[in-house]
Amino acid sequence: MSATQSQAGQMQAGAEILLRALKDQGVEVVFGYPGGAVLPIYDALFNQNAIRHILVRHEQAAVHAAEGYARSTGKVGCVLVTSGPGATNAVTGLVDALMDSIPIVCLTGQVPTHLIGNDAFQEADTTGITRPATKHNYLVKRPEDLARVVHEAFYVARSGRPGPVVIDLPKDILIGPAPYTEATVQHASYRPRTEPDPDQIARAVALLKQAKRPMVYTGGGVINAGPEAAALLTAFVRETGFPITQTLMGLGAYPASDPQFLGMLGMHGTYEANLAMHGCDVLLAVGARFDDRVTGRLNAFSPESRKIHIDIDGSSINKNVPVEVPIIADAGRAMAALMAAWNADPRQTDKPALTAWWRQIDQWREKQSLRFSQDKTKGAIIKPQYAIRRLHEISREFGRETYVTTEVGQHQMWAAQHFPFEKPNRWMTSGGLGTMGYGLPAAMGVQIAHPDALVVDIAGEASILMNIQEMGTLAQYRLPVKVFILNNQYMGMVRQWQELLHGSRYSESYSAALPDFIKLADSFHAKGLRAESVDQLDDVIREMLATPTAVIADIAVDQAENVFPMIPSGAAHDEMLLGPEHGATSAGVTDAGLALV
Amino acid sequence: MPMTDTTQRSATISVLVDNESGVLARVIGLFSGRGYNIDSLTVAPVDQEGRLSRINVVTSGTAMVIEQIKAQLDRLVPVHRVADLTKDGPHVARELALVKVIGAGEKRVEALRIADTFRARVVDTTMESFVFELTGAPDKIDAFIELMRDLGLAEVSRSGVAALARAKRVI
Repeated sequence: MSATQSQAGQMQAGAEILLRALKDQGVEVVFGYPGGAVLPIYDALFNQNAIRHILVRHEQAAVHAAEGYARSTGKVGCVLVTSGPGATNAVTGLVDALMDSIPIVCLTGQVPTHLIGNDAFQEADTTGITRPATKHNYLVKRPEDLARVVHEAFYVARSGRPGPVVIDLPKDILIGPAPYTEATVQHASYRPRTEPDPDQIARAVALLKQAKRPMVYTGGGVINAGPEAAALLTAFVRETGFPITQTLMGLGAYPASDPQFLGMLGMHGTYEANLAMHGCDVLLAVGARFDDRVTGRLNAFSPESRKIHIDIDGSSINKNVPVEVPIIADAGRAMAALMAAWNADPRQTDKPALTAWWRQIDQWREKQSLRFSQDKTKGAIIKPQYAIRRLHEISREFGRETYVTTEVGQHQMWAAQHFPFEKPNRWMTSGGLGTMGYGLPAAMGVQIAHPDALVVDIAGEASILMNIQEMGTLAQYRLPVKVFILNNQYMGMVRQWQELLHGSRYSESYSAALPDFIKLADSFHAKGLRAESVDQLDDVIREMLATPTAVIADIAVDQAENVFPMIPSGAAHDEMLLGPEHGATSAGVTDAGLALV
Repeated sequence: MPMTDTTQRSATISVLVDNESGVLARVIGLFSGRGYNIDSLTVAPVDQEGRLSRINVVTSGTAMVIEQIKAQLDRLVPVHRVADLTKDGPHVARELALVKVIGAGEKRVEALRIADTFRARVVDTTMESFVFELTGAPDKIDAFIELMRDLGLAEVSRSGVAALARAKRVI
């Protein structure tokens, strides 16, 4: 270390060293909120222009904004919050990033080292609290560790299975002199594996070549592996002619308009995707983790298939579902190896069997499980699915690069079902943690990264209120985010479960005393619009998209609409419920299933 | 496939970690957060510079759960290596116990006699008490403590298991 130290020259204040390390890590934007313990960093930020600081209104939103930034760019998102409440407010965002494998470095202030453990003002045991909320965390106790820890944190956040990393920074470390050290390449103990084992690739190809009813199931790992990985996946799927489905986190890695794409799978997945999962004989899973929302009842999940699982995280393999061919690797590298081995293998696929399999899938498709009926007469109530489809169609007319974020609930599922994505990194939603209030701050982060793009937060009226204060951030930085609220005056997904599973006892799920969203938008210097019937919808969407500032579009939608298809918790893929369009609504949920909700 | 085997087995897992603050909390938090059992736990620095510590955990679960535990430990940033000593081959596991027995007369003599057959050492004595030091495999210590129960067993302090693979294999 002494060599690099002397090379780096004289000592600087810790806060200066911190910013220098951030710059060297390529940080251009920090989402943050000041406070006593981090004032030295804010002072250093004041004296430079290389790093832009975005002042949020709540620390949770800072993390979600950094997630939006990270997910739409593939870079590490950076957050800066103060000690105590600043750090604790950030925890929800950190867990969200952990569950969805989003690379974040969160700098938290801390009381001076000599006060740690004294219950000092705004002190919290941040490393203790965030230990299970992060991929890794650090408390910097010595000035000479500062630069190294920052470099290491970025490496840990972005490599392997990405995730959030916290660096807790005592105030005296930020003020006192510290040396600078350059980033080193290798880590002593943390060395994630990225290259696939050729033997396992060969076994995978052997299984896939002889498959009669193959299925490809991919998740957020493909998105995290970068656009090249999505391109390799697409090329492989097209080469094989196999059907593909994607998780909520994986949407966009394969073009939704492609006929081989069966739509999303899982609890609210399409009929054809879930039945193909259930009926397949070889399953190739890439960067997906067999989450309970995807598998349904485990002992009935894809019962006849031989399974190949590619994942960069060894702990995701054989966690929920035993697999025959485990491949620990980066999704992109694995797809490249798979493609090469596939092409080099002289064996032919079983063409007649594949044709029969596609015939079966097409029969399932004919169900049109996402079908809904929209009454188009003047004054008719808007179906939420229709609102999303029109949003997609009209935004295509505008021809701008489009990014969509969501909050959590019914609107999120309808967006996943009805807003198709052709490219990766265009769809930002809280998948694992299911954090209401994610969408608006995430959209903020996306818009910062892509100033000229159209960024829409598809929201519900309940979720949006969880981080509504960020309208202030939109105003301050003139971020033209469009908030598209599907307003059914209910916490819709709660209401749906209560209807289907709890005898329509709508306990506390009605959104009483809602704000007037037009006035609310107005007070935050944004434009407010409202559509109350189907004849007003297109005009509102067009006006929203044409408005150069932030917009809240309040779309009154059918209060009784439910998300279908639906696999009730505890049920299997072939026990899916279809909607009223298909003449059935009753939910056959067992007591065991009820507990799984 | 072994992954579908639902029988429970005991596993002695050794983990080589950076000797830094919070590393034990990370390991323990992982076990409690994910609902894994800890039957025994030891930790101490094991190299001369004091940079590396070895954690030995005795746990139990199905083959799938134990593979999960290993994989979860392996992805912790300060973890260098993880070995399932029970599965990887023969290993030696030893534990140290201090056992206090309070009593007089015949029982006191009997306690001393049994301690002798277990090759336990007397490390403290008064006219009414002994503290025995005993090393061995955990089941040997269990057996000794069981025998002391009727002879005035007062308290026990056990170190938890230290373990190494047999022969030339290292973690």
